[in-house]
Amino acid sequence: MRSVPIPSAILTLVVGMILVVAGFWVGQNINLLPAAASSNAPLYDELFAVLFTIGTILFLGILGLLIFSLVRFRRRDGDSGDGVAVEGNLQLEIFWTAIPAIVVLFVGIYSYDIYDRMGGMIPLADPHSMHGSMDSPVAQVSVRSSQNLQSSEGEAGTPRLWGGIGAASGGSSGILPVDVTALQFAFLFHYPEGDFISGELHVKSGQTVELRMEARDVIHAFWVPEFRLKQDVIPGQPTVLTFTPTLPGRYPIICAELCGPYHGGMRSTVVVHEPEAFDRWLDSNLPATVASAAGAPTG
Amino acid sequence: MTLAFPPQTSQPQSLPPGLQPQGWLRYLSFSLDHKVIGLQYMVAGFFFYLVGGALAGVIRVELLSPISDFVPRETYNEMLTLHGTVMIFLWIVPVVNGAFGNYLIPFYVGARDMAFPRLNAVAFWMIPPAGFLLIASYFIAGAAQSGWTAYPPLSLTTPAAGQVVWILSVLLLGGSSIFGGINFIATILKLRRPGLKMMQLPMYCWAMLGTSFLVVLATPVLAGTLVLLSFDIIAHTGFFNPALGGNAVVYQHLFWFYSHPAVYIMVLPAFGLVSEILPVHARKPLFGYTTMVYSILGIVFLGLIVWAHHMFTSGTPPWMRLFFTIATAFIAVPTGIKFFNWLATLWGGKIALNSAMLFSCAFIVHFVFGGITGVALAQVPFDIHVHDTYFVVGHFHYIVYGGTVFVVFGSIYHWFPKFTGRMLNEHLGRLHFALTFIGFNLCFAPQHWLGLNGMPRRVAEYDPQFTMLNQVSSVGALLMAISTLPFLINVAWSAWAGPVAGDNPWRALTPEWLTSSPPPVENWIGPAPLVTHPYGYGVAEDQIDLKSATGQQLWSRGR
Repeated sequence: MRSVPIPSAILTLVVGMILVVAGFWVGQNINLLPAAASSNAPLYDELFAVLFTIGTILFLGILGLLIFSLVRFRRRDGDSGDGVAVEGNLQLEIFWTAIPAIVVLFVGIYSYDIYDRMGGMIPLADPHSMHGSMDSPVAQVSVRSSQNLQSSEGEAGTPRLWGGIGAASGGSSGILPVDVTALQFAFLFHYPEGDFISGELHVKSGQTVELRMEARDVIHAFWVPEFRLKQDVIPGQPTVLTFTPTLPGRYPIICAELCGPYHGGMRSTVVVHEPEAFDRWLDSNLPATVASAAGAPTG
Repeated sequence: MTLAFPPQTSQPQSLPPGLQPQGWLRYLSFSLDHKVIGLQYMVAGFFFYLVGGALAGVIRVELLSPISDFVPRETYNEMLTLHGTVMIFLWIVPVVNGAFGNYLIPFYVGARDMAFPRLNAVAFWMIPPAGFLLIASYFIAGAAQSGWTAYPPLSLTTPAAGQVVWILSVLLLGGSSIFGGINFIATILKLRRPGLKMMQLPMYCWAMLGTSFLVVLATPVLAGTLVLLSFDIIAHTGFFNPALGGNAVVYQHLFWFYSHPAVYIMVLPAFGLVSEILPVHARKPLFGYTTMVYSILGIVFLGLIVWAHHMFTSGTPPWMRLFFTIATAFIAVPTGIKFFNWLATLWGGKIALNSAMLFSCAFIVHFVFGGITGVALAQVPFDIHVHDTYFVVGHFHYIVYGGTVFVVFGSIYHWFPKFTGRMLNEHLGRLHFALTFIGFNLCFAPQHWLGLNGMPRRVAEYDPQFTMLNQVSSVGALLMAISTLPFLINVAWSAWAGPVAGDNPWRALTPEWLTSSPPPVENWIGPAPLVTHPYGYGVAEDQIDLKSATGQQLWSRGR
């Protein structure tokens, strides 16, 4: 029997399946991200894997199509003829309008879901609604006290807060409020509970932290790559960033917004403690201790 | 590059002798000829490309080591500010708009010049003083240090003289851009040869029409913003200064209202140029002309309403973050149409793998990659981690260098025979392509990983764990610098001694090829040709023995 060539539809299907498998393999097995040390980092990594998978499929598919065309349809020596006079194909064009539209719609809905799970959709104007009913009285008090420290934002009720992402999810042990001041070229961390200032951010693993940030001079940005979080610190507009560290360790705090000559050197460290270690650190920094140390920033 | 041919060839006898210089001196004069102005833009732009490249070289040398050891930190910030400003405002925008636009648009609409030739010359001659002012500021008073974005309050606290000169220079360049945009709109809408319909125009006309609307709508906003910023610096008003009751974030909204569309001002003309190059060298009609036009218009509209995706960490309310995420992601739809249409244009063609085609195809690869990272960046949760990091630097350079600059080079290989009447050397061209392609990807691909793992942008010093990849990136930058040598040699040598091209070496159908190379002063001797099918390449379908073929079958043909 005469051998029949494999129909192109089947070849296309096989190539498509290989592409999808390759995309999923890349998305699942190639890790391009640093350690995940906060409760929303796994969510971020989930989103990243999905985007990486889709991106790999699309990129390899288009690259393959292009290289195939360049090889298969290259002009041979001595051939001065023309290609096929196809000026368009409306069905085909509708089809490839639909592909990116569906992909983008899916990615958009999915990333909205991730954003919502990270706590991005919680209204920012009212800090009390931010924590809902999970707040323990201690946390309420501490939030109040941090507001009092920022009384310049207007006495009539809550200050307008901007930006931020991250829900107060680890509510069991209350919220640790920290006032962050960014200035050229350092971050200062003020702990309202003990009324002392630290040059490093110390937090307790599993306890939600609420950073209330304001800049003294120019715009800075607070970024911890292992937390997958970043928030600009803006003069004149306090911003808030809430997160729950999950993995004890020391991670860099990086200023991500150009803030002057020493911008690259504007770094600090966030130390995520085991709960007991954090309590020890907090005790050792209570005002009496600090006073004996002549108010020097402790780290 | 254009000084080689004798001026007499382009000098019709009927023109009255005037005070305008002739010959090569035209290129240093206030010439009103759109072709002269186009080449003035191109040569001036390329000069500034070399300047901007040298500045990038300083940045890459500094980043060879994790400590700040090559230039002082202030100088480093001046370098990155000037690099961004020069590359955007003095190289890419003037070249893809001013150079190719001025040279090609009158041909494409069948006109003998632009609608406002004097305004056109004024627009060009605003560029050299603005450029030299900007560069001179470094030597005289110290250049601006606050990045090409000039965010206050940083731009209010860095040395004032450099910042004010920067503002003045960008205002001049913005003015030049607006003049050019008005001119393109008037030329395309009102100067078309009688009988030539809008939907018969070459795609580059549509791209320039869309771009010019963006220029005219968005650039004045930047101008107004920078005027207010200069008041804040000079007169200590408080528009953007929180210490005086101003708002620093409002500046960012106003700035990006221009500067996001600016990306499309840099990229849409490149889309148009690619749409001209691919059909000629693939010997096929441009696939899906109508959807290409509508996708340009879609990009223009969406491009105006996505600016706040640059500000997802700036204290933006959740609803605003969501709106701008959706609007930004949806730009992928019209852009995707264009890329699939280009791939379909290549499919089944007879593709000449020359330098123009190679650069255009590399553009497709890079832009698809940059587009995929762009859709990812549009997602708020994704962006919050990588905003203001080297991931964004990598993404941006894939769009504007891997995209637009590759198209500029491809376009020079394509139109050089028209500009000069001589061919460029194909071997040097491919060497140029190979070096640029390898160097570019080596330089910018690793930066995505750097950003994901904790390297912020605009830093002179960084975590030592990133040393290795930064050195790889710098090697790539060195290759890119070296790659300009074969190009410069090629252009200089070919302009004098290259093989004579003839009027239409590519057997192209668009109107600029239907005249002599280089063209006479008023473009055609005799009446302008009426080109209603600028992409009428290809063998008719019935000639290739596919009697009952539908487009679908033709598409899948070529097993």
